[in-house]
Amino acid sequence: MRQVNVSEITGIVQQLCIENNIYLDEEVINKIEEFSKKEDSQIGKQILGQILINAKLATDENRPMCQDTGIAVIFVELGQDVHISNGKLYDAINDGVKLGYTQGYLRKSVVEDPVFDRKNTKDNTPAIIHTEIVPGDKIKITVASKGAGSENMSEIKMLKPADGIVGVKDFVIDRIKRSGGMPCPPIIVGVGVGGNFEQCAYLSKKALLRPLNTGNPDPKWNAVEKELLTKINRLGIGPMGLGGRTTALAVQILTMPCHIASLPVAVNLQCHAHRHKTAII
Amino acid sequence: MTEEKILQTPLKSKDIEKLTCGDKVILNGTIYTARDAAHKRLIQLLEDGKPLPFDIKDQIIYYVGPTPEKPGEVIGSAGPTTSGRMDPYTPRLLDAGLKGMIGKGQRSKEVIEAIVRNKSVYFAATGGASVLLAKSIKKLKIIAYEDLGTEAIREIYVENFPCIVAIDFRGRDLYEKGPEKYQIL
Repeated sequence: MRQVNVSEITGIVQQLCIENNIYLDEEVINKIEEFSKKEDSQIGKQILGQILINAKLATDENRPMCQDTGIAVIFVELGQDVHISNGKLYDAINDGVKLGYTQGYLRKSVVEDPVFDRKNTKDNTPAIIHTEIVPGDKIKITVASKGAGSENMSEIKMLKPADGIVGVKDFVIDRIKRSGGMPCPPIIVGVGVGGNFEQCAYLSKKALLRPLNTGNPDPKWNAVEKELLTKINRLGIGPMGLGGRTTALAVQILTMPCHIASLPVAVNLQCHAHRHKTAII
Repeated sequence: MTEEKILQTPLKSKDIEKLTCGDKVILNGTIYTARDAAHKRLIQLLEDGKPLPFDIKDQIIYYVGPTPEKPGEVIGSAGPTTSGRMDPYTPRLLDAGLKGMIGKGQRSKEVIEAIVRNKSVYFAATGGASVLLAKSIKKLKIIAYEDLGTEAIREIYVENFPCIVAIDFRGRDLYEKGPEKYQIL
C-alpha cells in the first residue's frame, strides 16, 4: 500500500491556499475578456476592465486579488490504496490552511460560534472538508477559497416533481434576480439538481469546479445551461449590479438520481474571484 | 466617456448636490473604515449617549475588512464588502451626521430614505478589485477597536480612489436604474 506522509498534505494545502488567492485562473480572465467585448454599459465595461487590471496587479505584486480570502473549502479524493501515515488527515489539512493563511498574509474570516460571541479563530480554521473515496493510490486535493458575498446569496429548495424543468429554471433565475449586485457579478452559477437535501447543496458547490467552457456532457442539461446563461444575462443586472449585459460568465449544473417524491434544487453562487486550485499527490 | 468628478473629504452639501447616480467619482482625503462588528459598537455608543471614537460629521465610511498588510505595505488588499449587512445600522449614523458610504450592492428602502433625509450619498466601488483599490490608500491609522482585527476602525487617507455614485441625494438608485436600462424582456 502506498504511504503518504501527512506533512506532504499539509505542504500542498498551504501552497494551494496562497496561490489560489493570488492568481486568478486563465479561464476566468478569458471569459471576462470575451464578455467585456459584448458589454454595452460603459460603467459595466469599466468595472470588467478594473477586474482584469486587478488580476494582473495581484499576480505581479503577489497580493491577494480580493480582501475576502474566504473560508477554505477542501475537496479530497482519496484513493482507497493510499495509507496516510504519521498523523490525522483532517489535522494535516487544517495545519495547511493555518500555515497558508498566516504566512500568506491572507485574511482570517472564520468565527468560532456562529451566533454567540462570534470570536475569530485567528487562523482561518477549521476548513470545510469534503472527502470522497475513489479507486487508485493517489490523493487529489482541491482548495477553493469561498468568499461570503456570493456564498450568502446561495439557496436550496425542495421542489415538487411536478414543478419539472420549468420549476428548476424559475428557481435559478429568481435567485439571481434577488441577488442583484451583492454576489459581485459577473458570477459563475453552480446548480445542483437531485440527490437529497444535503447532497444537492454539495452538488451545486461541486458544479463550480468544472472547467468553464466545457459544458454539460448530457445534451439535455447542456441546453438548459445555455438557456439559463442567456436568460440571466438578459436580466440587465450587469457587473457589480450597476446595469449591463454581463451578469454571469457560466452556468454549471450537476445532477444526481433522487427519490420518487423529491426534486431538490440548489444554487451556489461564485463571484468573479473564482478561486480553486488542484494538486495530485 | 463620462467625465470623472473629483471630490475632497469631508463632504460638503454643495458637493453632494452636484452628484447624480451613475457619476464616476474620484475621491481624495481622509475616510474611515468600518464593517459589521464596528457598526454594532458605534450604534451601542449612540444608544448609550456616549461619544463616537471619531467625529462622523460630513465623513465617509468605507465598508472594508482588509487582508493583513505585508511588511512595507500601507494596507493589504482592500475592496468593498456587501453594504446590505450594514443597513440596520446606517440610518442612525446618517442621522448623526455621516455624509457618505462606500461599499457594494443594493441598500434597503430605509437607508435610501435616510440618504434623502440627510442629503448624503452612497458610492459603489468594484468588489474584488482589492489590489487596485488598495493602491489609492496612502496612509493608515487604527483609531478604534483594535481587538476586532480586520474589522477595527481605520482612518485612511486616499488619493484618486475610484468609485461610482450608486444612490444620490435625491434617492435615485443605480441598482434599479442600471438593470432597468439593460434588461431584455
